[in-house]
Amino acid sequence: MIWNRARECMDRPQLGQLQTERLRNMLGSVYKNVPFYREKFQQRDIEICDIRTTEDIGHLPFTVKQDLRDNYPFDMFAVPMSEIVRIHASSGTTGKPSVVGYTQKDIATWSELMARTLVSAGAHRNMVVQVAFGYGLFTGGLGVHYGAERIGASVVPVSGGNSKRQIMLMQDFGTELLCCTPSYALYLAETMAEVGVDPGDLNLKYGVFGAEPWTNAMRREIEAKLGIRATDIYGLSEIMGPGVAYECEFKNGLHIAEDHFIAEVIDPETLEVLPAGEKGELVITTITKEGIPLVRYRTRDITALDPSPCPCGRTHARIGKVLGRTDDMLIIRGVNVFPSQIETLLVEFGELEPHYQIIVDRVGNLDSLEIRVEVSDALFSDEVRRLEDLQKLIAREIHSRLGLSARVKLVEPRTIERSEGKAKRVIDKRVL
Amino acid sequence: MVKQISVFIENRKGRLAELTGLLRQHGIDLKALSIADTTNFGILRCIVDDPDQAIGVIREAGFTANLTEVLAIEVPDVPGGLAGILDLLAEADISVEYLYSFVRTHGKSALILFRVEATEKARQLLLSRDVNVLTAQQVYEL
Repeated sequence: MIWNRARECMDRPQLGQLQTERLRNMLGSVYKNVPFYREKFQQRDIEICDIRTTEDIGHLPFTVKQDLRDNYPFDMFAVPMSEIVRIHASSGTTGKPSVVGYTQKDIATWSELMARTLVSAGAHRNMVVQVAFGYGLFTGGLGVHYGAERIGASVVPVSGGNSKRQIMLMQDFGTELLCCTPSYALYLAETMAEVGVDPGDLNLKYGVFGAEPWTNAMRREIEAKLGIRATDIYGLSEIMGPGVAYECEFKNGLHIAEDHFIAEVIDPETLEVLPAGEKGELVITTITKEGIPLVRYRTRDITALDPSPCPCGRTHARIGKVLGRTDDMLIIRGVNVFPSQIETLLVEFGELEPHYQIIVDRVGNLDSLEIRVEVSDALFSDEVRRLEDLQKLIAREIHSRLGLSARVKLVEPRTIERSEGKAKRVIDKRVL
Repeated sequence: MVKQISVFIENRKGRLAELTGLLRQHGIDLKALSIADTTNFGILRCIVDDPDQAIGVIREAGFTANLTEVLAIEVPDVPGGLAGILDLLAEADISVEYLYSFVRTHGKSALILFRVEATEKARQLLLSRDVNVLTAQQVYEL
């Protein structure tokens, strides 16, 4: 099904016109209201009126995550705070998160995009939708929630965790569509097996999964184990949250909502725009966002653009499943983790140059996180209790900052593998 | 005060042998030894004849190690010998972090190493009660 046929199936020439018009409006707004962009444009002698079509977008400067942090918390906002009705944030590479603000209209746009996503995945108004994405500063929970309400579905805002309760609600409420991370979906399937619930006895038919990379093999596993149709969803909080791109029933790439975003794929080294079909870094310009419009935001996600027509009838270009990053960000149980966050934390424990290793694995379909820390003279104590307390304290600090439970293991100096003098920081054993 | 060497050792096969081999190679004599272990790691504590040389050698070899002050106490080898010492410390509200005994092949008394939270206070107390607290030199030359 298609939620908004007029927009999702718009003629491409017409769509191009709409994009141009919206891009020019947006550039006018950021030039006028965001000093960061005004200065950037002036430095490069960019006149807004010279940007006549979307083809000219290549003249504009990029925006990166660091820009959001440098303008923490609200300096990238293009409207006064009186217009902002919602604030979300995602973790950054160092202490401060990147903050995004939404106006009433932004929330409406986001709900519209999520409505498209959910309807495309099989949702309708006479259906119970269970949202097992986390609610809070993370955009997952609330993003999906508003979209599901928009189409008139009955939303169960259960948030993440407590698997037995999730299963009980599915049984008792007759949940038809489940939204969560793909690894959590598999974990739920396992828990069902453990507690003796047959997914075939449930009313569950559809799943919308995202917030972490997953493969088609994983999709087949989820579909087989839960007996549902599983579709992928893409988004990032800087751009909007979930719903930036979504799969249709053909499951061959994710349609990016081109009436709200302009997508490009660039070579992350040369920064040249790549032709359709070539793999590179996805760059998104928001053209309708009011709260925090972003010009050519570098997502760091690696994918390729496919503008060819899709048998579903939607005209919006598709991006391939995102399976890699151009930076060292890890996605663990849906949470963005940068190795430098762990490093910052260890420095606070008295380690000037911490040697550590992050080991991510998927045990029983759930991501596990282990941090190995080399014990230096500064951390060492002659008492077992102190060292055990240190392990616990580091784990607790990781949990409070990242919301992830981790196993911390103290190891001897120089036992973490080094390549060219630099320790190998991350070992990701998950097969993607 | 007696200097004890504490070494962080991961629970890996052969790791302990590497350390003792290192001491042998440098002609360092082990006087006393104890290991505290957990599931992931252990702490080896030892007394040697030349702690300053030994810690240099151990760190040089890439181990994390430090020096800790401990008390070496001669305890009469009779029932209640150790209990009497512990009573004294308990009365003075001095807690014992850990203790272990010396490796000795002869003698009528036992030598016990104490790690307490207030080393100097404990030493004064025990001396005032005529307990034989050994000097560092006495211990290293045993």
